[in-house]
Amino acid sequence: MLSPMSPVGKMLGSTKSYLKRNMGILIGLLAICVIIAMKSPNFLTQDNIMNVLRQISTNMYLASAMTMVLIAGGIDLSVGSIIAVSGVVAGTLVTDGVPIPLVILICLLLGALCGTVSGAIISTTTLPPFIVTFSMMSILRGITYVYTGGTTVRIDDRNYINLGTGYLFGIPLPVIYLLVVLVIVFIILNKTRLGRHIYAIGGNQKAAEFSGIRVRRVRMFVYIFSGIMGSLAGMVLSARSYSGNPVAGNGAEMDAIAAVVLGGASMAGGYGYIGGTMIGALIIGLLNNGLNLMRIDSYWQIILKGIVILVAVYVDYVKNLKKNKMN
Amino acid sequence: MTSKILLQMEHIHKQFPGVYALKDAHLELLPGEVHAILGENGAGKSTLIKVLGGIYAKDKGEIRIEEEPVSIDSVEDARAAGVSIIHQELVLVPYLSVAENIFLGREPKTKAGFLDRKRMEEDTKKALDEFGLKIAPTTFVADLNIANQQLVEIVKAISFSAKIVVMDEPTSSLADKEVEVLFESIRQLTRRGIGIIYISHRMSELAKIADRVTVMRDGEYVGTRIVKETTTDELIAMMVGRSLTNYYVRTFNDCKETVLTVENLSNAFVKDVNFTLKKGEILGFAGLIGAGRSETMRAIFGVDRIREGKVILNGKEIQGKRTEEIMEAGIGLVPEDRRGEGIFPEMPVRFNTTIKVLRSFIRGIRVNAKKEEEIFEEYTARLSVKTPDGLTPIRSLSGGNQQKVIVGSWLATHPQVIILDEPTRGIDVGAKSEIYSIMNSLVKEGVSIIMVSSDLPEVLNMSDRIAVMCGGRITAILDRTEASQEKIMQNAVQY
Repeated sequence: MLSPMSPVGKMLGSTKSYLKRNMGILIGLLAICVIIAMKSPNFLTQDNIMNVLRQISTNMYLASAMTMVLIAGGIDLSVGSIIAVSGVVAGTLVTDGVPIPLVILICLLLGALCGTVSGAIISTTTLPPFIVTFSMMSILRGITYVYTGGTTVRIDDRNYINLGTGYLFGIPLPVIYLLVVLVIVFIILNKTRLGRHIYAIGGNQKAAEFSGIRVRRVRMFVYIFSGIMGSLAGMVLSARSYSGNPVAGNGAEMDAIAAVVLGGASMAGGYGYIGGTMIGALIIGLLNNGLNLMRIDSYWQIILKGIVILVAVYVDYVKNLKKNKMN
Repeated sequence: MTSKILLQMEHIHKQFPGVYALKDAHLELLPGEVHAILGENGAGKSTLIKVLGGIYAKDKGEIRIEEEPVSIDSVEDARAAGVSIIHQELVLVPYLSVAENIFLGREPKTKAGFLDRKRMEEDTKKALDEFGLKIAPTTFVADLNIANQQLVEIVKAISFSAKIVVMDEPTSSLADKEVEVLFESIRQLTRRGIGIIYISHRMSELAKIADRVTVMRDGEYVGTRIVKETTTDELIAMMVGRSLTNYYVRTFNDCKETVLTVENLSNAFVKDVNFTLKKGEILGFAGLIGAGRSETMRAIFGVDRIREGKVILNGKEIQGKRTEEIMEAGIGLVPEDRRGEGIFPEMPVRFNTTIKVLRSFIRGIRVNAKKEEEIFEEYTARLSVKTPDGLTPIRSLSGGNQQKVIVGSWLATHPQVIILDEPTRGIDVGAKSEIYSIMNSLVKEGVSIIMVSSDLPEVLNMSDRIAVMCGGRITAILDRTEASQEKIMQNAVQY
């Protein structure tokens, strides 16, 4: 087993360990790519690759934060609803003529606030994170419907729409944000005390307390970060779809959790890597894109996605079983 | 009762990648015998037991039960052959009743195919009565104390009509009185002709309960002795391969300067606790389980809330502060429950060693990996921790080595006061002696130690003074010159 904190300086050296650690899902990812590329010549075009990256970026924001939440031994089901909340709030604010930087700030704060509420309850009580964030999911989704009366908020502001559809150096803006998010999460998990504390709390909360780690603060942090990522995803999604939709992000939390678990993280906490999550999110994103390119019926797509995730996790389980037997 | 030899394990070999865990190991058990296995960590005791229990497959060797060769390839095989193992960690389901636990996986059914609760409970009651246990079969296991849980495990183990019962450190979490109850039930089992394989680190128990003892070292069979005809010294010498001239390492100094003062400390668990700790002193805390010793330490360390009273370290009041601040002020605490509160089991040894001193090598987002490695190596060497490397998960180390890692992780914080709660529980004599010598060198350097321990010889031999607790209060503080087992026990049962 490998240290979760291989320093950036040893990046090249740790490439090998990265490959080794993620061999299973990397092979899966490659297999998916090959199959799609054979069936659909459009798959490997630059346009489509950029398109895929843009599509998966929203899930990856959530998954990056969810990686930290799961490592810390929690779960956040509310992020899908936070997408909707921040989407419709951004929509109405933009339409009301509020300056875009202010809209962004307000939305991010809103996401942070949602995370703070979940985090505060979870870290000060013994209520299970599943139930707390599940309730938040329902409350926030309901608030969005009440706020919009169930209708979609149209967005016409070109500048705002550009946030989700624009490019920088030929790279879609959401992908640029994604790079920033990945770097931030990588740094937190691998280069900071906070990161170690996150692993420690997920590994053994009692021992963390006895080690002088401020458990509550760390738990608060992961939920706040998760909320912020939810609102980022919400804004990008609303900009891309020219609208704040109260149905947006329905089930998004599940895709995020699936990506993290595919990436090798433990649902029980204490174990996980952002690099693994990246591959997990790629697999889920490529599945969606590839099945579309192959013109597979959308109802069947749902079934296939479930099967692929199950197979991937099962393969990983068998691999671990062998490893544990050897020890 | 058969006169046949109950169990023979001969020429057992077992190799793991890189490790020769068992080299020609032997074990022989007679009906009605309590046969102890002694050995340091890594001596191969657990591996031998796991081979017997069908958890590991042996590479070579023969197992005979009642002089018939058997092949044990799975836990089911072992069970069918009459082998029942009671593991160190209890494996009962907390929110099932005693009866449900005993019949777990083989519940009797009524004709209609439903659970036959009545029969389950009646049979359980019968089994419990045989042991004189006054436990209702419908009690949740979670509501029993550890001693009773252990007894339920035993009842469960023999309810599989076991001929051989293996007990792995059954007394490690029991109080003296509970140990007596356990021994009584062991004697009952042997009267029925059941053979007991008994693994324990407590030498003093062997004389009370065991008939013979087999000593192992480095996976090899060293020898078998009849307990009545051997001495502790001989056994220790067999275990470590040399004689330990000085088991309890302690040189006493004059301690004058007061480091820590606790005044009228009270909370939900303790009442009016008063004591002082001097520089370079070991203050032992004796008492029965539940006397409030660990609770006192948790309160001092800021883990539990304090209702009243003062904790003064070097003239500064620190009560009510957060654990983090108390650590910074110079106190460390090695908790009682190593697995539950001490280690991060899945994390690497290095992570466990450095988790309390992250500040010294992580600044902002700059990790000084070299510094971390140095810290890890320094404390691994200082405590002679045996680990393949820094990246091995700590759970794969032996208990003694885990404990040394935790102690090392606290030493890395350079504490003035270190609280050791049951520092040697469940670890072997070699590691124990090492821990004692570490404690001795710490106090020589001027560190003060509070040692909570249920091991009376340990408390008596290592402490400058001994505080005895009972019912949440300190009932006596004895100087080492006046302390004795009797005096401690008198004060430990005052209420």
